[in-house]
Formats: sequence, structure tokens, C-alpha cells
Amino acid sequence: MDINLALVLLLAPFLGFLANIFLGKSLGKNISGAIGTIAVVVSFAMSLFFFLQINQTGQPISIHLFDWIAISNFNIEFGFLLDQLSLLWLLFVTGIGSLIHLYSISYMHDDEKMHKFFAYLNLFVFFMITLVMGSNLLIMFIGWEGVGLCSYLLIGFWYKNQNYNDAAKKAFIMNRIGDLGFLVGIFIIGFMFNTLDFATLKATILAGNNLDAYWIAAAGLALFIGASGKSAQIPLYTWLPDAMAGPTPVSALIHAATMVTAGIFMITRLNFLFDLAPAIQDIIAVIGAITSLVAATIGLVQNDIKKVLAYSTVSQLGLMFLALGLGAYEIAVFHVITHAFFKACLFLGSGSVIHALHHEQDMRKMGGLRKAMPITFITMLISSLAISGIFPLSGFWSKDEILMTAYHQSPVLWVIGSLASILTAFYMFRLMYLTFFKEFRGSEEQKHHLHESPALLTFPLIVLAILAAIGGLISLPGHSWLNHYLEPLFSKAHEAHHLGTTEYMLMAIATVGALLGIGIAYAKYIKQAQVPEEDEKITGFSKVLYNKYYVDEVYEAIIVKPINLLSRFFRDYIETALASIVFGFGKAANELSFQGKKLQNGSIGFYLFAFVIGFCAIVSYLILAQKKF
Amino acid sequence: MDVSFILIILLIGAFATYFSGDKLAPKVALLFGLVSLGFSVYLLSLFNAGQNIDFISAWITKPSISFSLKADGLSLAMLLLNTALTPLIIFSAFGNEFRNAKNFYALILFMSFAMAGTFLAADGLLYYIFWELALIPIYFIALIWGNGDAEERKKAVVKFFIYTLAGSLFMLTAFIYLYGKAGSFLIEDLYKLELSSQEQLWIFLAFFLAYAIKIPIIPFHTWQAKVYQKAPTVGTMLLSGIMLKMGLYSVIRWQLPLAPSAAKEYMTIFIALGIAGVIYGSIVALRQKDLKKLLAYSSLAHVGLIAAGTYTLNLDGLRGAVLQMIAHGFVVVGLFFVAEIIYRRYETREISEMGGIRSQSPKFTSMFMILVLASVALPSTFNFIGEFTVLYSLSQIGIIWAILGGTTIILGAYYMLRMFQHVMLGETNAKLFKDVTTNETIVLVSIITFLLFFGIYPKPITDLITPSLENIITIINR
Amino acid sequence: MDSVLNQIGIENYIFLSVALFCIGVFGVLYRRNAIIVFMSIEIMLNAVNLLFVAFSTYHQDAQGQVFVFFSMAVAAAEVAVGLAILVAIFRNLGSIDVANLKNLKG
Repeated sequence: MDINLALVLLLAPFLGFLANIFLGKSLGKNISGAIGTIAVVVSFAMSLFFFLQINQTGQPISIHLFDWIAISNFNIEFGFLLDQLSLLWLLFVTGIGSLIHLYSISYMHDDEKMHKFFAYLNLFVFFMITLVMGSNLLIMFIGWEGVGLCSYLLIGFWYKNQNYNDAAKKAFIMNRIGDLGFLVGIFIIGFMFNTLDFATLKATILAGNNLDAYWIAAAGLALFIGASGKSAQIPLYTWLPDAMAGPTPVSALIHAATMVTAGIFMITRLNFLFDLAPAIQDIIAVIGAITSLVAATIGLVQNDIKKVLAYSTVSQLGLMFLALGLGAYEIAVFHVITHAFFKACLFLGSGSVIHALHHEQDMRKMGGLRKAMPITFITMLISSLAISGIFPLSGFWSKDEILMTAYHQSPVLWVIGSLASILTAFYMFRLMYLTFFKEFRGSEEQKHHLHESPALLTFPLIVLAILAAIGGLISLPGHSWLNHYLEPLFSKAHEAHHLGTTEYMLMAIATVGALLGIGIAYAKYIKQAQVPEEDEKITGFSKVLYNKYYVDEVYEAIIVKPINLLSRFFRDYIETALASIVFGFGKAANELSFQGKKLQNGSIGFYLFAFVIGFCAIVSYLILAQKKF
Repeated sequence: MDVSFILIILLIGAFATYFSGDKLAPKVALLFGLVSLGFSVYLLSLFNAGQNIDFISAWITKPSISFSLKADGLSLAMLLLNTALTPLIIFSAFGNEFRNAKNFYALILFMSFAMAGTFLAADGLLYYIFWELALIPIYFIALIWGNGDAEERKKAVVKFFIYTLAGSLFMLTAFIYLYGKAGSFLIEDLYKLELSSQEQLWIFLAFFLAYAIKIPIIPFHTWQAKVYQKAPTVGTMLLSGIMLKMGLYSVIRWQLPLAPSAAKEYMTIFIALGIAGVIYGSIVALRQKDLKKLLAYSSLAHVGLIAAGTYTLNLDGLRGAVLQMIAHGFVVVGLFFVAEIIYRRYETREISEMGGIRSQSPKFTSMFMILVLASVALPSTFNFIGEFTVLYSLSQIGIIWAILGGTTIILGAYYMLRMFQHVMLGETNAKLFKDVTTNETIVLVSIITFLLFFGIYPKPITDLITPSLENIITIINR
Repeated sequence: MDSVLNQIGIENYIFLSVALFCIGVFGVLYRRNAIIVFMSIEIMLNAVNLLFVAFSTYHQDAQGQVFVFFSMAVAAAEVAVGLAILVAIFRNLGSIDVANLKNLKG
């Protein structure tokens, strides 16, 4: 029974994909969208069912289908695992997924390839479920690469634009760099523990057998490289902002709420392994903190509304990695969930704005949309307050937990994290003020057409805004349902923070910081009514920020260019050289025969002469050799 | 009922095709291809039921050469690869018109016959005869029905012929030497030989030269790209899909068990050569202007990884190599067919002249995409199983090998997606591109179905090949 | 009975024979007229014949002389064939200069 329902949960989106890819065109846009949405809703219903079940029983369900890959010392099975962690992820993946599918019906309605869009979205949800449900690392890897593929397909959805295609390709390749790390991690775990199965692995590690600290650290590092590819951490983060080339619902679903959290999921899944590699944990924490600060600074000056949100996502992901590095897995998970709510809401809200302005994404050409689009405005405002960490919205609780943990373990990381949070508050309200306040700065025609988006677009916004507001309830300090729920996963017990003076002080500092950020934004963009300058007028440090520290250019110069140069060099010189060596043998034979040919000159006199010489030579050799004469 | 039956069918098929005339030849060839496939499957079921399907008969008494064909799991897997791809390749040629079609199709079947013989032969000299026999049809196919400038083509094809033949002569020498020691060419007698490490080294190198040229392993690959480019697509498919697997199969069947201590001693060198091929091939593929040449270099990269897998000498390496051989056989045939489909419409292989095809041909695009993904070993395609297993085996030798070999998943994605982007995406091409015909769909869909099915459920193939590979490992470690 | 051989000594026969043979060789190598080449070959043949006879006497063994008869008969036949060929060449080319016979050039 459970197995069948779990298969329904897994396969419903896949069936939706098949239906849309093969029949979608003939079914028409509405039915195609409906099929796509229903498929995900079915999965959501199943997830809910299992969630309620496990919430009561606490018993994970594991499903073994068949043996998949045979390795000499172990078998990798095709199996799935529904435990607390995977169900939590399934809930918000399918839940937010359903909302975004619903949203897309309206958002993509004018696109002629809408059925393809829904097919890819369904396929994405399918692979995401595979990733989350996999009972071993390799099944997770199927999903891991599968979501990367869907991300590729969806970023390049408008394939006639080669820039979008470049962005899609870049995302796929950077992800694959991480994937190699993931694979290497799998190899190390495979030969250390002879299993890839999570349950067995946990049992083996906790039993304390075969623990070679060096190799565990190596595995941890490799897996972290994998995670940093998928979750856009330094140095593999540059694909995520480019990925905004995809349609906005894709950005919301894949590049904010679900796929990019896969790295956090994986590390949380393997928490027992990372607990044994403190050095790697430190690396994770530092990289996370740095990423969150760097991305936040870039976000300060971006003018494309989606780019701001993209850097904000990178920054928030950095905070989650900071939490992971500090060993506070449940807090990272908490932030993943709240972030999924408010970031999905923000992306969908920006989609609503873009939709209303007919694909205008530059905030310099927006403004004053508050009156025309009240629902979009209010929902986005709630989410912005949440992400800035304003009491009592969800972001406040999760971010605060992270900073508190950081404070207890390393004040430096706390400072970095807090700075990033202040910057977050600033750029989010910069976005809000530029988009929704003051006068409209777009064209007359756009102004004429300004309208609130249809209900199909606003409904998901409202739901997500409510969740963004109250999401913090699942893990309040002192009464954390989430910590209790996730307890079976962790090898070490994690105490919830006691609320002492320090904690209240930290909360106060965080709140003041957030208000400070909002205040600066207010002073700059409302009081002084500034509008960001044109691209060419940007100078000084903001130019460096605006150009993202020139990281893309640096990568281009030190990696892409040399490889291409090398390719040309190999093609034009080495290949020719190798070929000429082989031809050299042929030429040598030819030359030899050419010289030999000259002996055959047809002159009888010469032949006779050669004959006599040869005869004499043989005779003299015989004489000399025998020495008897 | 034994394995000789397959050879007889293919040989009769070749003659029947030749005598059936130009009009009927394609259909007759396809019929015989399918029949041989059917019988191979039937033989497989007999084999799985535990029946003896070997064929052994005395042939020449002095020197003692026997006509012995033996089928273990490995041979059967390769035989099935051969007989499954042959009808596909024949069918894929239906969209083209060929002068002297009867000769053309007869040669394909004849080549399939020779390759089947190579996979089955259990007698050194018989194996050698089949090995060389397979070279003759492809020589004519590439020379007569190839494309491009005739002079240049002749140069490339003749080079290929002489090069591979020269390599094989070293193998023949090695066989004759072994015969002098064992007094027999039979594989089990040769396996029993106790050779000094000096002898083994020479035998190993002699075999290596033959196989390195055929596979090809860098730096012996210089014939490849030109011949793939100049040969008709059918020839390219035969070469890359089946013939180069002959080399890899032979490494497992002959080279490693006959000179195990040399193989062990110099393992790292040969793994390094394979891995170097992976990186070199991938990088060269990046900047190719000709679609078929790009695929040729990608093939070089993939077989480099397979070769590295075989030289690891552990079960995972051999198993992964065989799985990847099969997977690569299918995917490369599919990709070359894609190149042919584009050529049929645009009459060009220059990537720069393509682009913007996707909006005109959704079906073709989807199938091409899946093949590209299979080629870059996306999990859930069969190629992933092979690549993963090979990389895993390499990581057992040293994690650095797995990392270096693993660059294929990055570089492979880079050049394949780049190619896909320039060939398929972008603004709609001004030239009309007709979506795939039914015949073309059948070929591509069968390949894709195979790759996806066994990507999820590779157990039948794994179970088939594992016992015989374990056997070979035992012999290597004797 | 002192034979002629004993009076003159075998060495002188050998010297003469070698000298004749060398004359023949040089004739063959130097001269381009086919007739003269032919004659030189005959000289070489006769040098050998002379040696045969000399040794046959020296060893008191008649076999050598029998052999000389054989060889003379063969030489006569060979001359007949050779001259016929020369005549044929002369008819075709109008010359019997061996330097002109270069059809075997590779």
C-alpha cells in the first residue's frame, strides 16, 4: 500500500511530463496547464499523507524496487526512503511547486510552447522528488543531475536568444563541475564503507568502524564541492544570476525555492559524516559566510529586479551554509523552508510586475506601482520584511537562529552574517521603493496598461505571503516543533537556544540592523528620491559591484579562454604533428623504395659489375672468415 | 543450434543481398540483419538455459588450427551488440540512394559477419583471420561510397587500411610466437602458457599496437577523424559503433589474460594513456567545425575512458568497460545518424552553417537532445551506468585517476552542449528543415528506448557479462 | 714418365687460368659490343675448362676431362642460342650495343 502510494507520489509528475510532451500540443493550453498542475498537486497530497503518518508514527518508510548497479563489493539498489527529512522537503517542493504551476498557467499563457514549459516543470518536480526520496547517494545523484538538466532546459526555454542559451549552458556546466565533486565523494564513501545507502552508511559510521579521518574529510570536501555547485556558493555561484534568463516561475521554483537547496539537503542528509570532519565544517561555514556577504554587496547596486533577487538568493544560501558549517543542520533546514516561502513569493511578485509591464525588468523604469498593483505590493512587502528579518515574520526567526549560533561559535562569522543581513534589508527595500513608490518612470503606453494581475497570479502570492508571515511558527525558540521532528536524523542532539540576556540582545541587534538597512534605503530612495544612474555613468566601487567584481570576466580569462586556446592549439598543431609522424613512416618507406629503384637502371653492364663485386665480396668474406687458405 | 549459425546467416545474407539486385538489396539485407538478431536472442535464451552453444571443429592439422567458436557471456553481449546494431545501421541507410546498392549492403552484412566471427573465435589464428577480414569491407565502403574530394578520401582511407593492418601484423607475430610455445592456437591452451615477464612484455606490446590503433588510443588515433569524416555515415557507424569495440573486446579477451604480469606491471602507463585520451579528445572536440569530426573526437574521449577501465584489471573496470562499450555503441550510432539526418536536409556538415533547426523540428530536437544527454552520461541513461562503474574502478586504483577521468563529464557537457546550441538553437534557420520521417524516427526511437531502459534496469546485461568477466579476472590473477 | 704437367707445374696452369678468367671478366665488364661480351664469356668458360683438365691430370682422375666435354657441348649449344638472340636484337634495334638494352630499367 505504502509502496504504491509512494510510487504515485514519485510518478505523478512524470506522467504529467509524458502527457504534456506527447499530447500537450493537441490538448490545448488550459488542459495542458491543468494536467501539469494536477500532477504536482497529487504528489503534494501524497506527501501530506505520508507526512501526517510519519508525524504520528515516526517510522521511516523505505522502498526497495530492484538492484540497479552492481559494484564488485556492493550493490546499489533502486530504492527510496521516506523519512522525516525527505518528507519535509517533499512537502514544500510539491506544495510550492503546485502554487507555481498554478501561477504559470496564467503567466505563460501567451507562449506558444506552453505545453513544453509544463512538461519541463513536471519533469523538474519528478527529478526533485527523486533527489529527495532516493535511498542512496546514487539515486540522489539521478535527481541531482536531472534537476540540473531541467534547469538547463528551462533557462534556455526561449531558445531563439543565444544569450539565454549561453546562460543555460553555463548553468549546466558549472553544475557539472560540482557534480564531479559529488561523484568523487561517492567514490570515496563507496570504497570506505562499501555502501552508498543512507541508512547503512549512518549505522556504519555511528558504529565507528573504518573511520579514517583523512578520507572522511576528503569525502566531505568533495561532497561540499558538489553542494556548492548546485547551491551556488563561491566559487561556483556565477551561474545562478545568469539563470534568471529563464521565465520567472522557473526562477521562483528552481532557482530560489527548491533546486538550489539541494546542496543543503545533501549535507543535512549526510550530517553524521560531516560531523566527523570539523575542518570541512569550518570551510563550509567560512565559504557560506563569505558568499552571503559578497552576494549581498553585489545585490546592492543591481538594477534588474530579478538580478537583485538572484543575488539575494545566493546570499541567503550562504547563510544556510553558514548554519550547516556550524553544525546547526535543523536551523539551516528551518531557513530553507522560510526562505522558500518568501523568496518564491518575491520572485512570483516580481513576475507579476514584469507581466504587468510587458517584460520590463529594469527597476529604473518602474516606480509607483503600489496603487496599480495593491495585492502584489502587499504580498511583496510582507516577504521583504520577512527576508529582512523583521519581527515576527518567518525570516526573523530563522535568520536569528543562524546568527545566534554563529555568535556562540565564532563572533567573526556573526559579524559577517549580520552585515549581510543589514545589506539584505537595504537592497530589498531599495527594490521595494524603486518598484512601488514615487512616480512611474516607464513609457506612457506601459502606464496606460498598468493593471493588477489576474487572480491566478495573485492567489499563489497571497498564500506564499501568509506562509512567509507565519512560517516561523514551526520553530520558535524554546518550543521548536521542527527540532523535535528532525531529531531522529541527527547523530548529536541539538539543544534549542535558551533565551537568556545574550539572546535577547542579539535579537535586538539584528532587528536594529534590519531597521537601519531599511532606513538608509528610505532616506536614499524616498527622501532624496534618487534613481540609480544609467549604466555608463556608474563609477568607482559601485561600478566594480555593478559588474559583479568582474568574476565572470576573470573566469573567462583564466579558464574558458585557455581551454579554447588549448583546443585550437591541439587541433592545429598537435594533431598535424601526430599525423605527420604516421605519414613519416609511409614517407620513409617511399623514400627507401625510391632509392632502391635507382639500382634497377637496366644497364646490363652495371648488373654484371654488381654481380662480380658481389661475388668477390662473398669469396673474400669466406676466405677471411675461415682463414684456412 | 550453435553460434556458427549466426555466422552462416550473415554470410548467406551477404551473398543473397549481392544476388538480389540493386532494387531489392536493402530489404534483403535488413531481413537477414533482423533474422540474425532474432537468432542471437534465441541463442542467448539457450545460453541462459545452460545449453552448450559452442561450435568446435578441426580445420587445419598442420599447423594445428581449429575452427572453434565459443560463446560466453562477454562474447554473447558483443555478438548481440553487433547483430542489434547491424539492422539498425542498414535501416538508417534507407533514406539514401547508393550506386551499386547490392554491393554496398552486401559489404555491410559481410562486415557484420567478420565482426561476429571476431567476437566468437576461440582460436588465435581464426580470430586473426576474422579480425583482418572485417577490415576489407569497411575499406571498400569508405573508399567507394564516401564523401568529399576523392583524392583526399583515398588518402585517408588507404592510410587507415595500412595503419591498422600494420598494427595487426605485430599481433600475428605474437600469435605465431605463442604457437611456437604452446603448439596450438586454442585460447585455453594459450591461457595455460607460463611466460617469462620479458616475453609477456613483448607479447603485451605487440597486442597493444594492434589494439591501440584500432580502438584508437592516443597517440595512435590520427587516422580516425579523417576517416569518420570521409566515410559514408553507414561506414562511420560500423566503425565507431562496432568495429572499435572489437579492439576493446580483444583487450579483455586476449591481451590481458595472455600477458597478465606485464599488464599488472605497466598498468599505470596504460591507464594514463586512456585518461590522456579522454582529456585530449574532449579538448580537441571543443573547437571542431565539422559535426562528424566533433563526434569522432568525442568518441576518442569516450573510448579512452573505456580503455582505462579495462586496464584497471579489476572486475568493476572490466564490467564498466563492457557496459560502456555497449552504451557507447548505441549512442554513437544515434549521433552519427543525427548528423546524417541534418546532412540529408542541409547538405552540409559545417556546424557554422546550421543553427535554428529546433523551431522547425520539435521531434528531431527532442531525440537529438536525449542522445546528447546520453552521450554526456546523464544518470538514468545506460551510458551513466558504464561511466560510473569505470570511474569507480579508477578511483580504486587512485582517486586522482577518477578525478582526471571524470573531467569527461564536465568537458563532455561543454562540447556537446556547445555543439547542440550551435546546431539546433537560435533564430529560426532560413532554410527549411523537414522534421524526421517515420523511418528515421524508428531508428532513433529504438536507440533511445534501449539506452533509457537499460539505464534504469541494467541487470540483464550485468548478469550476462559478469560470470565471464570473473573468469577472465581469475585467469589474469592465476 | 714425366708428364707435361710435372715439367711446367700446376701453379702455372692455375695462374694462366685465373689470368684468362680475369681477362674474360674485364671483357664482359668493359666492352659494350655484345659479340665481344659473348667472346669474353667464352674465354671465362674456357679458363675454367683449362683448370678442369689441369686438375684432372694432377689428380689422375678422368672425371674432370669428361666434365669438360660436357661443358664444351653445353657451351656450343649456348653459343647457338646466344648468337640467335643477338641476331634478333640486331634486327630489332640495328645495334648490338649492350648499353642500349635498358628495357629492364625499374
